[in-house]
Amino acid sequence: MGIRAILSSHLPNGQFGRHSLCLAAVGREHKKLPTLYFDIYRFSKQFPPLLLSIFGLSASDLCSFSFLFNLSLKIMKLDTSGLESAASLFGASSELFDGFATAPSFELPVTNDFDGFQKEAIQMVKPAKGTTTLAFIFKEGVMVAADSRASMGGYISSQSVKKIIEINPYMLGTMAGGAADCQFWHRNLGIKCRLHELANKRRISVTGASKLLANILYSYRGMGLSVGTMIAGWDETGPGLYYVDSEGGRLKGTRFSVGSGSPYAYGVLDSGYRYDLSIEEAAELARRAIYHATFRDGASGGVASVYYVGPNGWKKLSGDDVGELHYKYYPVMPSTVEQEMVEVSGA
Amino acid sequence: MECVFGLVGNGFAIVAADTSAVHSILVHKSNEDKIIILDSHKLIAASGEPGDRVQFTEYIQKNVALYQFRNGIPLTTVAAANFTRGELATALRKNPSFVNILLAGYDKETGPSLYYIDYIATLHKVEKGAFGYGSYFSLSMMDRHFHSGMSVEEAIDLVDKCILEIRSRLVVAPPNFVIKIVDKDGAREYAWRESVKEAVAA
Repeated sequence: MGIRAILSSHLPNGQFGRHSLCLAAVGREHKKLPTLYFDIYRFSKQFPPLLLSIFGLSASDLCSFSFLFNLSLKIMKLDTSGLESAASLFGASSELFDGFATAPSFELPVTNDFDGFQKEAIQMVKPAKGTTTLAFIFKEGVMVAADSRASMGGYISSQSVKKIIEINPYMLGTMAGGAADCQFWHRNLGIKCRLHELANKRRISVTGASKLLANILYSYRGMGLSVGTMIAGWDETGPGLYYVDSEGGRLKGTRFSVGSGSPYAYGVLDSGYRYDLSIEEAAELARRAIYHATFRDGASGGVASVYYVGPNGWKKLSGDDVGELHYKYYPVMPSTVEQEMVEVSGA
Repeated sequence: MECVFGLVGNGFAIVAADTSAVHSILVHKSNEDKIIILDSHKLIAASGEPGDRVQFTEYIQKNVALYQFRNGIPLTTVAAANFTRGELATALRKNPSFVNILLAGYDKETGPSLYYIDYIATLHKVEKGAFGYGSYFSLSMMDRHFHSGMSVEEAIDLVDKCILEIRSRLVVAPPNFVIKIVDKDGAREYAWRESVKEAVAA
């Protein structure tokens, strides 16, 4: 209906005859705009001078009412995404549409539900913290462990993601949530820690580093960052462990596990934890907790990496494939045979 | 959910808060102190979103300290409460902070006082107040057993009754609580009520 009105306002009186009828008929199928556009194009291809002369339109006029089509059809909430690039191509050319194409604007996704589209887009990108990471303080320092699977919904996109990020030689950060967010902001935190060192001639404490990160994440709260990280390190006061997340929360603690597999890991970690573990025992506890989480949680898997942070900095202790760990912890026992088939000796 | 409650007694004000830091179904830690000592004679017990709680109360704490540095005398409790409410009100329509606050303080001239400050910047001077799901239980307990001018022992007894009620009747009851007191000798921690011991690094 809107199309017909625009058509009639643009077409000069008189001559159209068949052509206007065709366009009006095509207008009835206005729901399928690409068809309409294509029909105009087809007409103009076949009879370029004829069509244009009959309508008394120049190429630029054609552009202007095609743009108007876009405008009116956006109001009617049709899908004109197929035409966006063409419109912008035409739009640049003439002075005829001052105030139309040249108004400052930015592309909006053409959709019925704009708010829902944004949420869906964020949900699609965000891996929903499908991971298992854990860290705990014990007598000798801090033990940090994580899996290495990246999943997007039901699809495993990678089995070899580095989820323990080395901020500087004596501080580690774990990644849970959006990979890009975690990597970027940890890198940024590393820069800030280094600047602090240069400005103050001493290393930054784990408390200070985690507070820096928490303040940054707090200022971006509500804007869609997804970060669930633990900052583990060794500073002058000894071992330090903080949990920082993108909602702005920051917790000081001795045992944390973050991610979709964290409830499973907590169970194993809590029951096996003692403050006076040795380094090997603590590494084994961390590895076992990650393994059990990967066993039960579909979004965790790959390789269980274990890092140790001591007074001299961090050191990677191990990286074991969780499938192999499974058979190490639960080796295949030859099952007892109830009835054995005996070879019948040939007659 | 977070339980915070407090009351005013004879020459002191007491506040209690739970100490669980929770993220959906997971309890990250059960010894998170949610009562901040604002200055020598003031306490803020805060509950709400984790980032907001820490950031907002630290902001108030630093501004109260700044006033003292600039002017040489500390703020009164009523002034601090009104300042807090003013900050919440200004931020409300721009970047709201989801924190509920009970501000307890002791002034030499006016004695102990307790202020109830909502996340939408409501301010009331009260003798007893509570926030959170625990308030459903602790408010009626306090209404029944409170009388003005209670001694410390009576008040602690009432606080323990409230904690017991919350533990037995609230489905997601927090296991541990911290109790802090403010009187003429200052603001300090009074006790912890723990039913789940958190492993503490020595």
